[in-house]
Amino acid sequence: MTWKQVFTSSVGKKLVMGFTGIFLILFLVIHAGLNACIWANDGGKMFNSGAHFMGANVVPRILEIGLFAGLLLHIIQGIMLEVSNRSKRGVAYAKDFGNQGSKWYSRSMGILGILILLFLILHMTDFWFPNRSHQGFLLGEEIDLYAKMKETFATLWVVIVYVLGCLSLGYHLAHGFQSAFKTMGVHNKKYNQLLTSLGYCFSIVITLAFVMMPLSFYLGWLN
Amino acid sequence: MLDAKIPAGSLDDKWTDYKGHCKLVNPANKRKLEVIVVGTGLAGASAAASLGELGYKVKAFCYQDSPRRAHSIAAQGGINAAKNYQNDGDSVFRLFYDTIKGGDYRAREANVHRLAEVSGNIIDQCVAQGVPFAREYGGLLSNRSFGGTQVQRTFYAAGQTGQQLLIGAYQALERQVALGNVKMYARHEMLEVVKIDDKARGIIARNLVSGELEKHFGHAVLLCTGGYGNVFYLSTNAMGCNVTAAWKAHKDGAAFANPCFTQIHPTCIPVSGDHQSKLTLMSESLRNDGRIWVPKKKADERKAIDIPEEERDYYLERRYPAFGNLVPRDVASRAAKERCDEGYGVGTSKQAVYLDFADAIVRYGKIEAGKEGNDHMSMEDIIVLGKEVVKEKYGNLFDMYEKITGENPYEFPMRIYPAVHYTMGGLWVDYELQTTVKGLYCLGEANFSDHGANRLGASALMQGLADGYFVVPYTLGNNLADDIYSKAIETSHPAFAAAEKVAADRIQKLMGIKGKQSVESFHKRLGKIIWDKCGMARNEKGLKEAIAEVQALKKEFWSDVRIPGEINEMNPELDKANRVADFIELGELMCIDALNRNESCGGHFREEYQTEEGEALRDDENYMYVAAWEYKAEHEWTLHKEPLVYDVVKPSQRSYK
Amino acid sequence: MEHYNMNLTVKVWRQKNSKDKGGFVSYPVKDISSEMSFLEMIDVLNEQLIVDGAEPIAFDHDCREGICGQCSLYINGKPHGPWMANTTCQLHMRAFKDGDTIVVEPWRAGAFPVIKDLMVDRSAFDRIIQAGGYISVNTGNAVDGNSLPINKDHADASFAAAMCIGCGACVAACKNSSAMLFLSAKVAHLALLPQGEPERKSRVLNMVAQMDKEGFGACTNTGACEATCPKEISISNIARLNKEYIFSSLTAEK
Repeated sequence: MTWKQVFTSSVGKKLVMGFTGIFLILFLVIHAGLNACIWANDGGKMFNSGAHFMGANVVPRILEIGLFAGLLLHIIQGIMLEVSNRSKRGVAYAKDFGNQGSKWYSRSMGILGILILLFLILHMTDFWFPNRSHQGFLLGEEIDLYAKMKETFATLWVVIVYVLGCLSLGYHLAHGFQSAFKTMGVHNKKYNQLLTSLGYCFSIVITLAFVMMPLSFYLGWLN
Repeated sequence: MLDAKIPAGSLDDKWTDYKGHCKLVNPANKRKLEVIVVGTGLAGASAAASLGELGYKVKAFCYQDSPRRAHSIAAQGGINAAKNYQNDGDSVFRLFYDTIKGGDYRAREANVHRLAEVSGNIIDQCVAQGVPFAREYGGLLSNRSFGGTQVQRTFYAAGQTGQQLLIGAYQALERQVALGNVKMYARHEMLEVVKIDDKARGIIARNLVSGELEKHFGHAVLLCTGGYGNVFYLSTNAMGCNVTAAWKAHKDGAAFANPCFTQIHPTCIPVSGDHQSKLTLMSESLRNDGRIWVPKKKADERKAIDIPEEERDYYLERRYPAFGNLVPRDVASRAAKERCDEGYGVGTSKQAVYLDFADAIVRYGKIEAGKEGNDHMSMEDIIVLGKEVVKEKYGNLFDMYEKITGENPYEFPMRIYPAVHYTMGGLWVDYELQTTVKGLYCLGEANFSDHGANRLGASALMQGLADGYFVVPYTLGNNLADDIYSKAIETSHPAFAAAEKVAADRIQKLMGIKGKQSVESFHKRLGKIIWDKCGMARNEKGLKEAIAEVQALKKEFWSDVRIPGEINEMNPELDKANRVADFIELGELMCIDALNRNESCGGHFREEYQTEEGEALRDDENYMYVAAWEYKAEHEWTLHKEPLVYDVVKPSQRSYK
Repeated sequence: MEHYNMNLTVKVWRQKNSKDKGGFVSYPVKDISSEMSFLEMIDVLNEQLIVDGAEPIAFDHDCREGICGQCSLYINGKPHGPWMANTTCQLHMRAFKDGDTIVVEPWRAGAFPVIKDLMVDRSAFDRIIQAGGYISVNTGNAVDGNSLPINKDHADASFAAAMCIGCGACVAACKNSSAMLFLSAKVAHLALLPQGEPERKSRVLNMVAQMDKEGFGACTNTGACEATCPKEISISNIARLNKEYIFSSLTAEK
């Protein structure tokens, strides 16, 4: 069994999705934790120093490459899987099984993923790209990200798009979190129940945290 | 004509001696020998797998879309084996004796003893294959009791024992397919045997998808095609179960033995209307705990739960105190019919009796309460606990009952009535399972050999697997050893063309009738004649009428049947017509056989021959023989008798009192 | 149980053979008793078609007691019809009411091509079993059945997985046409027994490879298969298969 055989089988492809998914979930925890510094209500001091560490230190910057690799893998594999899975039916049903047997978002991971990807492109154009280009893509000086947030989230449509993007992410996680563990072979009932509940909690907490950020700026909850 | 080839020696040693002295085929020669197996139920799948393992070139055929669908899969209760794991006094001899007695002394001693001898090996083999039998907490195999015995020797997997055993055999078969030793032909139906120099050398099979006829050569042909219960139209058999392969073999020279020996199973869900296409069995294991009763008052219209205890007639317990609800199937079925005929039947049709779990629920509930150390539990709580236990034991059967009838059997007693379930009769075979046609073998339910006039519960699975795993691999070798010099015959041989023409002509003829009535309607009418006149009770007058009616039906069928569609395509109506045409002919022979047997034995109950208490009255003087019928011409058969010699068991009036 | 009669419209997929394009045809059926099984209703319709000189509807069925796995039919948007834990042959007409329109389609999956009307070719399942869904033990090699005690929980869990009837409803229900529930039931059945141990690794790897080759999709854990399985095979078997697969592929010698 070569590595190639392992990771090109249907189970192997899912494993790639599961592992990268868990990895991205870990990233979300860090991202949400760091961004929560905006609520220190100190004019962005704490937030900017955290952001500075992430942007100017060589360790997180190396890790960032890993993050992109994981993200790209997740996206590419995800799109390929979705395309392949969709091709397996041939003739569609006149009447679909629909929500009788499964949750709509568990069947819509591909679409949710695409929505998140579109949102991500917007999000990175807003923050990551201007900042890194200011840095010359190395370890140069950064822009004031707190100010950048304040400026970005002053526009209503941007805030709405961000909220919708975060909701997509939430539903994506609601299925993805527990599914990843099943893919990695957690079959015991008690762990599965625990992980499923944990997954729902996580999706709600993460979604709320991210949704609150643009809202906090827009609604002027921060000084 | 009939040479049973029973080995000499004492009963205990016959099979051992046979195995020790039978001829062998060396591995290099096995590769050159081709074997055709028709049917992939327990007998067929186990035979095909075992022969493939031995190195023969096997071709296996089934009419279903996969070998795993064969109707052995529907067997519920279990499989017997003389393991004596329960330390309750079981032994090979007892299993042998119970089977002979249960069969009402109409089976061959040597065959039945061999069956009992290999029964233990079957369990070992199945466990090794990964059959998940029920187990005790200590991890060892669990047993339960079945009708007609007083020991616990039945191994089971909830109510799906047949399924698990068949999947085991199917997996063994698929392994041989993967190894290239067996070639599988699903959705194929055998239509003719090909005989060359008086030996079976192949078959003509119809590819049911394309409609094409195919010629297949084999040094030997094994028919493992199951029983013919569908002659009754309504039976517990699968819709596709048929007699065609066996019947074609019969018309080509294989004697058909004891066709009138059919088993009517006592616990089935009653018929609900004219539309009914099949009947569903409720496992005999239910009689372990369920009590069978009817009201003491005729045509009692009250609901079952409103009838007080003292107004209920537990007729099996009353008539047969020693075995109670666990009497053999023929006895239980007849007793139910007797009560219903007398006017005590229940339900809308009045053709049903109650199978009641109320007592068992309370009994189990009390045991559970006792386990909890609670002696003062209320009846409601006891019933709740009891229902849990019953659910654990029989849950799937209760669910099935509820799905079909829409009634909750935990609350109301089930209504049951006997239904056709199994056919003890079949192609006559010798000790080696070879029919009267050389090179043509018959295994499992399709042959007549082991169950006499009545089969005991949990013995069909045993016989199918015994034949396939442990008997035919030896006996086939013994005969094929002489065939190692015969090269495979090309299917261009004229005998193949001739057989193919017979099959093709018949199909042409059927399609050319273009009458008005559907195949199904003929099948229904045939079933009604046979059920009414050659069913649970038969008499001379009825049988004579039935013969005339079946003959007339045959004429009508061949002049007015309507089969839509084309020959060279998937055509289920044509498949059915082929089968029904053969059932009609078999129906006639069944009645002739029943008329010939002027006695009652096992499942064959002639109303003229009964004891004062209404039990079957055998006539050992004149009818202790196997009736093997040779086909001569249309409506014409010759009877050959194989005397049954009992060296060990002394036949007596069966008593379960 | 109260019985009633009903008149229905049955909208059925008709397709002459695997090459034909196929399409829906609606048939009225009258005086159907609530006591009939669904397939008996189709029988009645077929009798009517034969009398009218039309071709009856081809569909797979055999045991009609919910165990052989041959019946299929995608009825009103659900494999095996509206009841839970049920096969088409066990579905009874009391599930419907007078005036209903019932849409009947064949299993839809690239790996299950239509043979005719509602019949599909499920031989891919046999080939998946051939890839390793067995224990390699020749007849006569077995030791005594009680020589190896098996933990009752494991035996029961193995049995629960082994109840799979191979009908293909899981594939029909899955948006990806994945055969993972079928496959995982077999892998779990054999992996839970000590007898299955020697071939444990090769079995799961080969069976997954065969499933992929047959053109089934990948599992995305939506749970539609479990929801429609007539034998209530648990989706946790799929997670178990994943575990077996990871373990086997990572520790394989080559």
